[in-house]
Amino acid sequence: MRPLFVNIGERTNVTGSAKFRKLVADGQYGEALSVARQQVEAGAQVIDVNMDEGLLDSKAAMVTFLNLVAAEPDIARVPVMIDSSKWEVIEAGLRCVQGKAIVNSISMKAGEAEFIEQARKCLRYGAAVVVMAFDEVGQADTADRKVEICERAYRILVDQVGFPPEDIIFDPNIFAVATGIDEHRNYAVDFIEATRRIKQLLPHARISGGVSNVSFSFRGNEPVRRAIHSVFLYHAINAGMDMGIVNAGDLPVYDDIDPELREVVEDVILNRTRADGLDPTERLVEIAPNYKGDKSQAKAPDLAWREQPVAERLSHALVHGITEFIEADTEEARLQAERPLHVIEGPLMDGMNVVGDLFGSGKMFLPQVVKSARVMKQAVAWLMPFMEAEKEGQERQTAGKVLMATVKGDVHDIGKNIVGVVLQCNNYEVIDLGVMVPADRILAEAIEHNVDIIGLSGLITPSLDEMVYLASEMERRGFDRPLLIGGATTSRTHTAVKIEPAYRRGSTTYVLDASRAVGVVSNLLSPTEKDRFQAETRAEYVRIREQFARGQDQKNRTPIDVARANRYPTDFTLTQPKPSFIGTRSFSSYDLSDLAKYIDWTPFFASWELVGHYPAILEDDVVGEAARGLFKDAQAMLEQIVHERWFEARGVVGFWPAAADGDDIVVYEDESRTVEKARLHTLRQQMARTAGKPHLALADFIAPVGGAPDYIGGFAVTAGHNEIEIAARFKAAGDDYNAILSAALGDRLAEAFAEAMHFRVRQELWGYAPDEAFDIETLIAEKYVGIRPAPGYPAQPDHTEKATLFSLLDATAQTGIELTESFAMTPPSSVSGLYFSHPQAHYFGVGRIDRDQVADYARRKGMDLATAERWLSPILAYDPLSVAKDAA
Amino acid sequence: MSRQDHIARLKQAAKERILILDGSWGVMIQRQGLTEADFRGERFKDHDGQLRGNNDLLCVTRPDIIAGLHDAYFEAGADISESNTFSATTIAQADYGLQSAVWDINYEGARLAREAADRWTARTPDKPRFAAGSMGPLNVMLSMSSDVNDPGARKVTFDQVYEAYREQAAALHAGGVHLFLVETITDTLNCKAAIKAILDLQDEGAEPLPIWISGTITDRSGRTLSGQTVEAFWNSVRHAKPFAIGLNCALGAELMRPHIAELSRIADTLVAAFPNAGLPNAMGQYDEQPHETACMLEEWAEAGIVNILGGCCGTTPDHIRHVAQAAAGKPPRQLPERPTAMRLAGLEAFELA
Repeated sequence: MRPLFVNIGERTNVTGSAKFRKLVADGQYGEALSVARQQVEAGAQVIDVNMDEGLLDSKAAMVTFLNLVAAEPDIARVPVMIDSSKWEVIEAGLRCVQGKAIVNSISMKAGEAEFIEQARKCLRYGAAVVVMAFDEVGQADTADRKVEICERAYRILVDQVGFPPEDIIFDPNIFAVATGIDEHRNYAVDFIEATRRIKQLLPHARISGGVSNVSFSFRGNEPVRRAIHSVFLYHAINAGMDMGIVNAGDLPVYDDIDPELREVVEDVILNRTRADGLDPTERLVEIAPNYKGDKSQAKAPDLAWREQPVAERLSHALVHGITEFIEADTEEARLQAERPLHVIEGPLMDGMNVVGDLFGSGKMFLPQVVKSARVMKQAVAWLMPFMEAEKEGQERQTAGKVLMATVKGDVHDIGKNIVGVVLQCNNYEVIDLGVMVPADRILAEAIEHNVDIIGLSGLITPSLDEMVYLASEMERRGFDRPLLIGGATTSRTHTAVKIEPAYRRGSTTYVLDASRAVGVVSNLLSPTEKDRFQAETRAEYVRIREQFARGQDQKNRTPIDVARANRYPTDFTLTQPKPSFIGTRSFSSYDLSDLAKYIDWTPFFASWELVGHYPAILEDDVVGEAARGLFKDAQAMLEQIVHERWFEARGVVGFWPAAADGDDIVVYEDESRTVEKARLHTLRQQMARTAGKPHLALADFIAPVGGAPDYIGGFAVTAGHNEIEIAARFKAAGDDYNAILSAALGDRLAEAFAEAMHFRVRQELWGYAPDEAFDIETLIAEKYVGIRPAPGYPAQPDHTEKATLFSLLDATAQTGIELTESFAMTPPSSVSGLYFSHPQAHYFGVGRIDRDQVADYARRKGMDLATAERWLSPILAYDPLSVAKDAA
Repeated sequence: MSRQDHIARLKQAAKERILILDGSWGVMIQRQGLTEADFRGERFKDHDGQLRGNNDLLCVTRPDIIAGLHDAYFEAGADISESNTFSATTIAQADYGLQSAVWDINYEGARLAREAADRWTARTPDKPRFAAGSMGPLNVMLSMSSDVNDPGARKVTFDQVYEAYREQAAALHAGGVHLFLVETITDTLNCKAAIKAILDLQDEGAEPLPIWISGTITDRSGRTLSGQTVEAFWNSVRHAKPFAIGLNCALGAELMRPHIAELSRIADTLVAAFPNAGLPNAMGQYDEQPHETACMLEEWAEAGIVNILGGCCGTTPDHIRHVAQAAAGKPPRQLPERPTAMRLAGLEAFELA
């Protein structure tokens, strides 16, 4: 965001807003926050917070308000301007903001020494600073004085204090015009003139001011005041004013002001002599009442969501953490519901589930979830009296007592808090011990409060051990009440394998998320369901433990000869016909516009950390906006790439007679099948297999030596020529965005090229599927006959096979793609692979392999064992070092 | 050779190559299979409550183990090793009732790291080694509420956090570290208190040491725990004029990459990264193998987006060895030139160009 003029919200200023002053004085901070939120929603890019009011404890009010703002992501997303005439209030404020704030203001009013000291502190806290044009003599009124003081302050700040000049904002004092006093006539002109000169004289410094001062004499006539502000800003901004304290969204557009009014206001602001000889101020006073009728048409924040049905409104309020309407909406929902509890179980829980999903998918971050929980609490608080009345004055019976704690060593408790809120909403009493709670205390409190259930939460991994320890302590001390486990680091598997066995006396249950908590707790406390539920959970965990143990066993590999005997039973009567040519054919300057239509956009978005499927991602509520902007930029650049031929697409395709020889594929020189041109090596799966499941290798898809005549293909394509140069050019121009965008598009075009070429191979070049229709969705879903696996990927994880493929294709000479010593292709936007045409050919992962196969593979490839182990190290099922040691 | 000479060599080395930090301490200490008695030593044998798990205390009670780990990381090729003082503040040690031991833990931790660094510098004079004073996060946050019902509630004040970091920094300084590493930052305001503490000590006469600031992007939201974006975080701490800015913990290299790329674009100082060994599996362990980590970080080095690489949770000397090999010979990232502009921050960055 790089605005020309920065709106600083002025409504959270007790000196500027009577409403805000009253809210703060009455301690109505929730309402006071709504004022701030409205400012941000209406476009304020910085909010000015000022608590300077004689009857307020300004320092305490500043701290309270800023701490509350920190919990409101909708507000806290913008920087704060800490505004006070008292240094101690400013410093207290600086100790509450994590971002980089602006201090408003310091000056040389009390001399240079104090000015320097305060500036140093601003620098130490990491804040920008507003400097008032004020010195020992007084406030500057004329343009000359303003410039003189600002220059002196600038030199002190930059030369003595070491203050970054770009973090200095001057406020050259906006004073009221049209007061009837002659000396005031030129005040606006003085400000505008000083602004122009300061911007020229003092590099990087900025200009700000409190705009509403200028119209002070028209208090009570808002339309005229707004017109004055608008005209003043028009001229001040042209002179270089960068920011101002204004009611954002409240200003008319300069051109929309009634021309007669605008002209008179302009005369006043610019101190012009009127052609008719009338005094501009008198003329404005004369016509002002004509414009008073306009009711203020301040632009309200977007309230369209208020038009929706009540359930949607509740959900919106929960997701956005808005408390403003929650009581009214809850009441409306209550009147529609049969029982107050149904409001909680229905729309409120639905809304919380949305929050949980958004949080789980990374679309909301922690402070927002805390806010949602608070909205939920307010709604529940509203319903509570009705729920109690329903019980006809009986003392409220809770459904049970749950103790909750984040275990020792862990500070994360948002999830736990949500669970707590949700449980309370369902009439459970929750005793929350907070975070970092040692086992001793958890158990002592559990006894003291006689709780029914203990719930543990943890987000970081060491918490898992602590939970095991706590479970063992419960066992040792003879507890038998149920234990619940939750939190981001926990899992059903860990709970079943490690925690549950440590606590045999009672039951342990893993709770996936807050939405499951109520079901689990009610089952555990239900006299009728309890035994069944616990037995089911226990049985499930036994099963998970067995599975887990089996998983460990599965690390045992099948011997390679046994695996080979269990090869894939390919039906070679289905072998495809001969390709249209034998040997290679190369393509240069392939039509980029033809490739563009083959682009799979989903990975493009993923490369930008925007997760979701194209095109649905464009309409995504959270990342949709970001995705649309990116897509638009990408389309524009793609058009340029195609029209201006930024990249050159080159490729080579080849087909050869081939036959499988064990796990190798022999590639023949020609149809006589007598001279071996090359040998491709494949790797075979060795994981434990249940009966009927084969141990696959790519060689299985080619007919064996002496069988039906079969063929294999290969390809290497690139869209990346010039890619590096183009990205470098953007980068050199400081445009990393386009540098990355061009590289990402190069990548996509190379993948699209591979897809397009494969389509052409099936239809025409090999021609085994001449009738296949073009459908991009089908292509992306790989629903066609044949595969094109690449060396280095799961079906053949050995990158060194690329060398054989490249020599078969003469790929470097044909396409300009080179292989690095690690067999990476350069330019990076390149794709290569083999073509298998058999209808039963499919993708698979080799998985981990054992030493017997590696030794055999090394022999086949003519490598020594250590070299093979190095290339295959990611898929070895054993540790080569320890095996070597054992052997020695 | 004075400490300032060492620091000059550190800065020179950073211009010439990608520097390597050590890896995790937690995993390595866990592997020692220490008992409660090891943690207590003679000095704390009668201390109330469990001390096992208070890894920082080992600087005092089992210095042999800590020195051995520094050696293991230097041996693996690390240029910089961190003092074992991640949680050695009065606030974090209050859990163990060990506030009074904080000075000694930091001092001894710094001394062990420095001695190991000096030992290895003597052994490989062409590859000087350095000791970084680790200053970890606190269990209390200045920007986040401590009570769900009262969003304005805070368990501590800025001054308390400031005092805690100040004591730690002073002890690390006295113990001889070459630089400060304020790391695993979950709350930028806590970090700003640490920055102020360090710079104030300097104003009061302490020899200036470089500061390395390392934040933590908690999850896929791409934010710090206190809600800031990477750019907002950088804008908020840039006034420290840090020697290096970077990220560590919570994410593995794969998920951390876009955030490091972003820092690389915006930060006019060294960029450092020490990711976890991937994400933990269901059992809370890290499966990412040394060559896998190294392979990803090698690509970062090739892309020219980093100046310092190392490892956080789940990484071992073997990871560091692979990373050091992968980064060897690759040129360090060049600092970008950015136009002068006022750059502010709330949870998001704001630039007035």
